Amino acid sequence: MKLLKYLFLLFLIFNLSSLYAEEKNLKTEITKNLRCLVCQGQSVYDSDSEFADSIKILIDEKIKQGQDKQEIYQYLKDRYGQWILYEPEFSKNTYFLWIFPVFIFLIGGFLIFRLFIIKKN
Amino acid sequence: MKNKVSSLISILLFVLIFFLFYKGLKNSNIYTPVTKIEKDIPFFETKIFDKNEDISSNEIFIDDNRFYLLNIWASWCVPCVDEHPFLLELTKQQNLNLIGLNYKDNDIKAEKFLNELGNPYSIILLDYDGTLAIEWGAYGVPETFLIKEKKIIKKIIGPINDDYLNEIKELIK
Repeated sequence: MKLLKYLFLLFLIFNLSSLYAEEKNLKTEITKNLRCLVCQGQSVYDSDSEFADSIKILIDEKIKQGQDKQEIYQYLKDRYGQWILYEPEFSKNTYFLWIFPVFIFLIGGFLIFRLFIIKKN
Repeated sequence: MKNKVSSLISILLFVLIFFLFYKGLKNSNIYTPVTKIEKDIPFFETKIFDKNEDISSNEIFIDDNRFYLLNIWASWCVPCVDEHPFLLELTKQQNLNLIGLNYKDNDIKAEKFLNELGNPYSIILLDYDGTLAIEWGAYGVPETFLIKEKKIIKKIIGPINDDYLNEIKELIK
């Protein structure tokens, strides 16, 4: 019985620590994708400005409330605009940004194919 | 002929890209968040400075006929000292309520600041961890919001100066 109690305790400890680790990972992932508006060029994760510190506290609170990544991004986007996110979302303003590199890649591939492979044959 | 066309296209492309980048060099790379005009004020609950009482935004911005000026300040913020005389000047406006939001400050130092320079605020709210300022979409001190009918009609980033003072006076006429 005693052994069972210990096992249960161990199980609890490991589960809680993994839960904490998950929260921490999510916080890191979010803060690394946020641009600090005070020290522009640094992410909120890297910055120690007052603004970045407050954002970190806020994200902690939001995660504890059970909000997911998208909800937190939306909350910050409503207040500071799309610019606060390092990774721009796929929207009508960013079609060109997302599609153009793929387009260039395809054209490059086509040119290589035409110049080297078809010519060789 | 074919070679001529392709070299012409290359030169044109080069010139175009050069001018695009050259123009980009002159653009400011400091981003300022755009505040949507007529944006609703956020709902919040916080403590009142110097009192151990809670208050919600619904109890503050009650009168739709009056203008409210929410000013984010701190005793450690140097530009706040510069803008203080302008805030004191604004207290003379009959239809304007000044609300202070004390940002990440020490109560004793904040009180000393007000005793030395004067208190322009009808009420001061507390924001110990800076999350309330984020709720308002602010990212530093000082920042000021002019509010009418629970909507933000003007946002000022940085200290209030002569120009802003006149603009506020004009808006609340």
